[in-house]
Amino acid sequence: MALVNAFNASPHLAEIEKAYEQVARQRTTYTFLLLLVCLVSIVGGFYVAEEANSGSFWGGISSFGDYPYDILAGAYERGWGLFSLVVKYFPFLVETLNIALVSTLVGFFFSSILSFFASRNLMTNRGVVFVVRRALDITRAFPELVIALMLVLIFGPSPIAAIMAVTFHTIGALGKLFSETNENADMKAVEGLKSVGANWVQQMRLGILPQVLPNFLSYALLRLEINVRASAILGFVGAGGLGAELKMVVDWNYGADIFVIIVMLVCAITAIDYFSGWLRRKLIGTSGTL
Amino acid sequence: MTTVSGFEQARLEEQYPGVIEKPWSKRILGPAITVGILGYLVICFFAFDVMGVMQKARMDMAQLYALDSYAHKDHAKFTFRKPEEGFELSLEGTRRARYETPPAWFQSNGAESTIDLAEDGTVSFDGSSILTYYHPEYAEPFRFKVGNNEYPVYLGSEAPEWLKDSGKQIDARPSLHSRIWITRSKLEIHRYEAGWEDFWFGFHSPLKGMSLGQIVSLSVSGDRIDPDMSNLSFIASEFWYNPDWQHGDIFYALLQTLVMAVVGTLVAGIIALPLAFAAANNVNPFGSIRFGLRRIFDFLRGVDTLIWSLIFIRAFGLGPLSGTFAIIFTDTGTFGKLFSEAIENADRRQAEGIQATGASPVQKYRFGVFPQILPLFVSQMLYFLESNTRSATVIGALGAGGIGLKLLETMRTRQDWENTAYIIVLVIALVILMDNMSGWLRRKLIGGAEG
Repeated sequence: MALVNAFNASPHLAEIEKAYEQVARQRTTYTFLLLLVCLVSIVGGFYVAEEANSGSFWGGISSFGDYPYDILAGAYERGWGLFSLVVKYFPFLVETLNIALVSTLVGFFFSSILSFFASRNLMTNRGVVFVVRRALDITRAFPELVIALMLVLIFGPSPIAAIMAVTFHTIGALGKLFSETNENADMKAVEGLKSVGANWVQQMRLGILPQVLPNFLSYALLRLEINVRASAILGFVGAGGLGAELKMVVDWNYGADIFVIIVMLVCAITAIDYFSGWLRRKLIGTSGTL
Repeated sequence: MTTVSGFEQARLEEQYPGVIEKPWSKRILGPAITVGILGYLVICFFAFDVMGVMQKARMDMAQLYALDSYAHKDHAKFTFRKPEEGFELSLEGTRRARYETPPAWFQSNGAESTIDLAEDGTVSFDGSSILTYYHPEYAEPFRFKVGNNEYPVYLGSEAPEWLKDSGKQIDARPSLHSRIWITRSKLEIHRYEAGWEDFWFGFHSPLKGMSLGQIVSLSVSGDRIDPDMSNLSFIASEFWYNPDWQHGDIFYALLQTLVMAVVGTLVAGIIALPLAFAAANNVNPFGSIRFGLRRIFDFLRGVDTLIWSLIFIRAFGLGPLSGTFAIIFTDTGTFGKLFSEAIENADRRQAEGIQATGASPVQKYRFGVFPQILPLFVSQMLYFLESNTRSATVIGALGAGGIGLKLLETMRTRQDWENTAYIIVLVIALVILMDNMSGWLRRKLIGGAEG
C-alpha cells in the first residue's frame, strides 16, 4: 500500500498519464486512419471494377444462380450417364496431377540446392547470396500463365509448357521459403562438422539438411496443392490436362461435362489439401497455408 | 579419444537397438525413395513425350520472338511494277508508319539506292534490274537479277547456307537482324534495330525524335504546339495516348488488376474474420455449426479461383468485378480456415484473465483473443495480397479483364512482341512492388516477429 501511495504522490504521475493518453490517442488515430484507407480502397476499388466491367453488379446479382443452375440441370438430365463421363475425364485429371507432381519434384530439387546459396549464414560470399536471391525473386514474380503462354507458342499445345512454367515459378517460391528455413537452422552442427574437417558440401548435407528437411517437405506439400490448381488453370491456355477439357466444354456449354469436371477438380484439390495437411502435421506439427 | 571396448559396444547396441547399426528397412528407405522418384520422372519423361515435343519445338520462332521483344523492324519495299515510286520505307511494314524523310540507313542518288544493314553489310539497287549485296565476310558481292516480272536469279555460283533460292523466290537471312527477300513482283529488305521504337511518343507525334532536353525546354516554353492546351499537358497526353504503346490503356488495366487483388483480399479478410470465430472450437460450443462452416470453407477453397471466375463472368459479365468476386470467394475459404486455426491455437489464459474481471463474452474475445491473432491475421492478408496480384493477372486472362487480358491480346496477335515484353515487365514490376510493400508493411505493423 505504501508503494502505491508513494507512487501516487509522485510528481511524475501526471506526466506519465499525459504521455500514456497521448500514445493511446495516437494509436486510435492510426487505427482509424488504417480502417479509413481500407474502406476507401474497397469502395473506390468496387467503383473502378464496376466501371470497367461489361455487366453491372446489380444486373448480375439476380442472375448469379443461373449458370450453376444450368450446370446442375444438365447434370441431372444425364442421370447415371455421369459415371461414364467420370471415366472419360479421369485420364485428364491424372495428367493434371502428373503435371503438378513433376513440376513440384523438379522445382523442389532445384530450389533446395539454390536455397543453400541464398542463405546468409551458409554462404560467406555476399555477392552469391545477392545474385541468387534476386534470381529467385524474379522467378517467383513471373505468373505461371505468362511463361505458359510463351511456351505454348514455341512448343505448341503440350503439357510440357505447363510443367516448365509451373516449375519455374515453384523454384522461386520454394527457394525463398527454403532459404529462410536455412537461416533459422542451428549452426552448431555445422561448426562440429567443420571442426572435424568436413568440406562445405558435407557440412550442408550432414549438418543442415537433416534439420531443415521436414520443413522443406512441408512447404513442398503446400506447393503441390497450389500447383494442382495452377496446372488446372494453365490448361485454359492450351497446356493440356483437365483445364483444357474444361475450357472446351465451357465453350460448348455442356452442363453435365462441366459439372463432372468441376466436381473431379474440387474433389482432387480437397483430397490433396487434407492429405498434405495430415502429412504436414506428422512432419512438423503444424498446418497452415502459404 | 575414448575407445569403446567390444563388450561395451555390445551392451550399448543392446540398450539402444537401431542406433549404431540401423535396421535394413531404415537404411534402404532413403535410396528407395530416390529411386522411386527418379523412376517416376523417367516414366513421365516418356509419357509426356518430351523428346518429341523438343524436336518439334520452334526454336527459330523463339529466337525471332526474343529479338522482336527488344528490337524494332524497319522495312524497305520496292515494287517492280511501280519503279517511279522508289523504295517505300516504313516501320514494321505498316502503311500507317511510313517514313516521310528517309532515315539514316537509307541513301539514294537518283536511280541508285543503298541500304545499310549495319554488321551485315550494305545492299544497293540500281533501280531497275540488278541488286548487289556486299557482305563484310565475303570478298565477292552477291548479285541478283531481279524485276521485269520474272523470277529473281542469283548470279553467283556458290550460295552460302543462309541464302535460300527456291527458283521462285530468294530469301537471304545473313543473320537474325536482316533479311533480303526477292520475289517476282517485289523486293523487300528488313532490318532490325535494338530499342523500343516510339515508346514515348507515337510515330506521327510532333514530339517524336526529340531529346529529353528539348522536351523539358518545350514544356516550359510559351509557344503552344496545340493552341487548346499547355505544352506540358500536350506532352503528357501525347505520351498517355501513344497509339503504338497505349500507355493509358495499359496503366488502366494494371489498376484493374491491382483493384482485384486489393479489394478481393480485404473483403475476404473482413468476411472471414467473424466466420472464423464461429468456426473455432474454443469460441463456438455448437459442433454442428462449426462443422458446417468448415465444410463451407473447404468448398470455397476447393472450387478454385478459376471456376469461381467462370461463374461470376456469366453473371456479371467480363471484367474486374467478376475477378474481384472470384478472389473474395476463394480467399474467404482460405482465410476462414487459417484464422479459425489461429484462434484455436490462441492462449486461453489471457481470455480467462479478462473474463475474471467480469467482462462480457464480446469483451473477452475482443481483448483476450483478438490481440493475439491480429498479427497473424495482418501478416496472412499481406502474404495473400502479393499472391493475389499474380492470381488476378491469371484470371484476368481468362476473361476477368485487367492486365492479364491485355497480355493475352498482344500475345495472340503475335506481332508486336515489344508490347508483350512491355506488359510482362510491368506485371513483374507490380508483383515485386507488392511483395516488397507487403513485407515492409508486415515489418512495420507487427515488428518483424512474424516470418
